[in-house]
Amino acid sequence: MTGFVTLADSLTLGAASTVNTGDTAWMLAATAMVLLMTPALGLFYAGLVRSKNTLNTFMMCVAALAVATVMWALVGYSIAFDEGNGLIGGLGHAFLNDVTFEPRDGTTIPHLLFFAFQATFCILTVALVSGAVVERMRFGPFLIFAALWSVLVYAVMAHWAFGGGWLQEKGTLDFAGGIPVEMGSGFSALAAALVVGARKDYGRQALLPHNAVYVLVGAGLLWFGWFGFNGGSGFSAGNSGVLAFTNTLLTPACTLAVWFLLDLVRGRQVTAIGAATAIIVGCVAITPAGGFISPGWAMVLGALAALPSYAVIVLRPRTGVDETLDVLAAHGVAGFFGILFIGFFAQLSWNGVSDGLVYGNASQLGWQALAAVAAPAYAFGMTFVLLRVIGAFTQLRGSEHEEAVGMDIIHHGEEAYASGEGAILITPEAGIEEELAVAEPR
Amino acid sequence: MKLVIGIVRPDKANDVLEALYRAEVRGVSLSRVQGHGGELDRVETYRGTTVKMGLAEKARFEIAVSEEFIQPTIDALCEGGRTGEVGDGKIFVVPLERVIRIRTGETDDSAVTPST
Repeated sequence: MTGFVTLADSLTLGAASTVNTGDTAWMLAATAMVLLMTPALGLFYAGLVRSKNTLNTFMMCVAALAVATVMWALVGYSIAFDEGNGLIGGLGHAFLNDVTFEPRDGTTIPHLLFFAFQATFCILTVALVSGAVVERMRFGPFLIFAALWSVLVYAVMAHWAFGGGWLQEKGTLDFAGGIPVEMGSGFSALAAALVVGARKDYGRQALLPHNAVYVLVGAGLLWFGWFGFNGGSGFSAGNSGVLAFTNTLLTPACTLAVWFLLDLVRGRQVTAIGAATAIIVGCVAITPAGGFISPGWAMVLGALAALPSYAVIVLRPRTGVDETLDVLAAHGVAGFFGILFIGFFAQLSWNGVSDGLVYGNASQLGWQALAAVAAPAYAFGMTFVLLRVIGAFTQLRGSEHEEAVGMDIIHHGEEAYASGEGAILITPEAGIEEELAVAEPR
Repeated sequence: MKLVIGIVRPDKANDVLEALYRAEVRGVSLSRVQGHGGELDRVETYRGTTVKMGLAEKARFEIAVSEEFIQPTIDALCEGGRTGEVGDGKIFVVPLERVIRIRTGETDDSAVTPST
């Protein structure tokens, strides 16, 4: 993802302009691993909502697989990765124009594979934002939002960080997406929660996760996928990829351990859903820093990153903001923390690119701080405006009655846990189709 | 003594519990049931299979009360359970022959009154 690092890697390999089959093999696998993260996130989110919204919550992630992929191929990839100006890429690669087997500049993998790998990031990020609006936002407007957001917010921020945009030009380091993926989704989620509004029962009833096992399995699969996400962001099987891969093991493990301690101090019990959350927080924190900091500092990062996210998760439900699945705490805050951490502890001897403040390069911290201000501001502002505009044309959420019945029956005509008892088959042969008295579910 | 059985929408169960609490009705059993009360059916589709769901999920309250609590219990069920749409449910009040509290062996009215 970071052109500079990969360029350095490729130069040391002495193969800047040809495709390397070893790198390509790893990136093919990494792409598939990252794609798995979206259904994994669907499972994670589905477990966190009430049973009557299981399918709708999962389907928002599935929707990203469809909508974000199509938008990415049509225009998003070009906006992010074509040469343009500092703020936005050009349209030279729109409709996959000129995306071929030739190596992508600065990498040793085919451009087509580079496109696919980046697509999986866009898909996942769109799915992440849905966590802010589950259990109430209508499915149709969400599809429109997902399509526009993937271009207007994700692709633009990806350009800034990876596509030759102004942050990358300045020298901001973001290994695997702390800017577009983590801060992009987290602060957009806050804006989305504010525009769409709280669930009708929020603050009145206990709205509990309906299946903690889904949450744990989802978190486990996300962690697995994250090895492709971070490990693939060096675009090679070289040093930076190996470093990021290993740090993706170390950081979340430390976050998990510290989260256990925080849980013990706060409630005297270690919670399962807390553990699942900690895995995500740790993976998010190492995302921007993966290929830039030493394994030792990665472990410190994991331990420290638990603190701000834990605080936001404890405090957020006491506010009126129903940012339902804590995308801000898990992604926005942890991503912010990881981006700043690079500014202090980046180490030239490990990354071959730049030192941080602790190793004598204070300016790096400045570039990181710039990103930590600009990225949240853009994500929040653009998402806020986008949802307001969509909301001017269509209702973003259904009636209280629809919310009470549940999104699964209202929007999908299915239930996650259908028993089939009392269900009567409708067949055209039986001739009962026409005379059915069917109403909106009551 | 009567056994008041209230069948309400599952999403109104919490409102009913709140209303019962306010009416100082304390002993409550709640179960999930499926039923049909004349409301229109909903149709669901699973791949090629389309079905008419004849039964709707309901919450069934069972509350054994002494005479003075019969009306407050009914009022609470109505207040908490009503949306005004078809499918709000029903209340059945049936006579109760005997009540025994297992722990103490108390019977009838003293058994349906919460011990302090």
